[in-house]
Amino acid sequence: MTNDERWAAADERAGAFDAKGATLDARRIRADFPILAQPSNGKRVVFLDSAASSQKPIQVLQAMDEVYRRAYANVHRGVYALSEAATARYDEAREKVARFIGAPSAEQIVFTRNATEALNLLAYSYGRHFLRPGDEILITELEHHANFVPWQVLAQERGLTLKFIPITPEGQLDLQKLDELLTPRTKLVSFAHVSNVLGTINDPHPIIQRAHAIGAKVIVDASQSVPHMPVNVSDMDCDFLAFSGHKMLGPTGIGVLYGKRELLEAMPPFLTGGDMISEVRFDGPRWNEVPLKFEAGTPAFVEAIGLGAAVDYLSALGMAAIRAHEREITAYALERLSEVPGAKIVGPTDPEIRGGVVTFTLDRVHPHDLASLLDRDGVAIRAGHHCAQPLHIRLGLSATARASFYIYNELHEVDALIEAIYKAKAALKR
Amino acid sequence: MQDLYREHILDHYENPRHHGVIEHADISHEESNPLCGDRIRIDVKLDGEGERYRIADAAFTGDGCIISQAAASMLLEDVVGKPLDEVAQIEPQHVLDLVGVPLTAARVKCALLGLKVLKTGIKLWKLQRT
Repeated sequence: MTNDERWAAADERAGAFDAKGATLDARRIRADFPILAQPSNGKRVVFLDSAASSQKPIQVLQAMDEVYRRAYANVHRGVYALSEAATARYDEAREKVARFIGAPSAEQIVFTRNATEALNLLAYSYGRHFLRPGDEILITELEHHANFVPWQVLAQERGLTLKFIPITPEGQLDLQKLDELLTPRTKLVSFAHVSNVLGTINDPHPIIQRAHAIGAKVIVDASQSVPHMPVNVSDMDCDFLAFSGHKMLGPTGIGVLYGKRELLEAMPPFLTGGDMISEVRFDGPRWNEVPLKFEAGTPAFVEAIGLGAAVDYLSALGMAAIRAHEREITAYALERLSEVPGAKIVGPTDPEIRGGVVTFTLDRVHPHDLASLLDRDGVAIRAGHHCAQPLHIRLGLSATARASFYIYNELHEVDALIEAIYKAKAALKR
Repeated sequence: MQDLYREHILDHYENPRHHGVIEHADISHEESNPLCGDRIRIDVKLDGEGERYRIADAAFTGDGCIISQAAASMLLEDVVGKPLDEVAQIEPQHVLDLVGVPLTAARVKCALLGLKVLKTGIKLWKLQRT
């Protein structure tokens, strides 16, 4: 069956798929995403790279377009109507994000460029201010470079020790080693809620509780969890949490740092300039209140408003339903892939503890070649080390192939992936 | 539709020319493509002298995708026997012509890794001698 035939068949049974229970009607959702209807290489794209960045629904595009057309002026300083309208929408977006992740107040939501900038903000502001030579930072072997390199650089600069929670052969964090790794010198613990390679959903509670018991602060990199499953920072009791807007239907250039109020208040600014000061005199500046203290310069407020619209869209679907939908597709993908001769799944094979990320290798086929061949069939997957080189070193792999799913993916797209893999094997005579 | 993986490219990948390591090579250099982990090492044995140095032999090892490894094989087949100064001037387009199939931007980097290793190796060798 060609992809086009597969789509046509799916068109016919539209509504039947996912009609049951808690899962989503991906077919109806797709109608909100103009890019998914557009041909790529002459074919309807099977887009399986949302873990890198998601596509955007018209609701998000319209929300931003509406600001530029009708309510655009710089926020905070204007006393005229346009500026006040833009400021009100910006504040509203912050409140939406706060509610979305269960933050006690909107003031605890700092808008950044992305999760990477949020984590760098912590390394610069918290790390350089509160950590002393000899202190220890504990991260894990499965981190994305964004939650790896800032701590590596900080450790080198400040004479800190960077330690790693190891992974088990199944690709889960080995928490048996946790008590040994946490010492009185451990001041910061930072880990990915969901691995962008292994897909592993790490239970944050035992790590956070045990880190707090020895007085360490905990950062959660939620880049791969906030877009895909219910996340509540108050239940989690993390000290900080970071994520990117562009992976959750929002635009590029907007991300979020959540922090406990007393910590954000104690931290010095990251960047300095306008908007982040309350007054500047010749003898020195006085910092603005949180979160504005961390938002120097004109912020990406149109993008923040776009993120607010994305949060509305996700909330209307329900994060539990989104998780259930992705679990169903992931379970099917793991099952189909395990039948392909030479395919090896990287990470947990239990969909209960795996997010919508299916990473694999194919015997004697380099992931780059596989991704190129799949692209010819209109199937978009990612190949490489997915910005997690230390993890790949640990796994003894130079590169892997990754298919990832989101709200708009349908089960038959997994069939398209599998069929394209067989075709690639045939083309390379494997 | 499989033009990227035409017979001659697969052939160079399956049966790479000048594959291996040269003991006591005059030039040895290795680099990897940080995005995909492709890695290539090239050894070069020179003969002649002064302005007339010539690539007497060359060999590569590495791992990576078909494009990176096949392009390295084609490149070495092309440069062995040529004057060093000529090889040092090879343009990226020359390698793309050797590969002979259309490549997307991301895959161009794979195809050019071997050339980058060879030219950097030559440059470092020249620097060492001055």
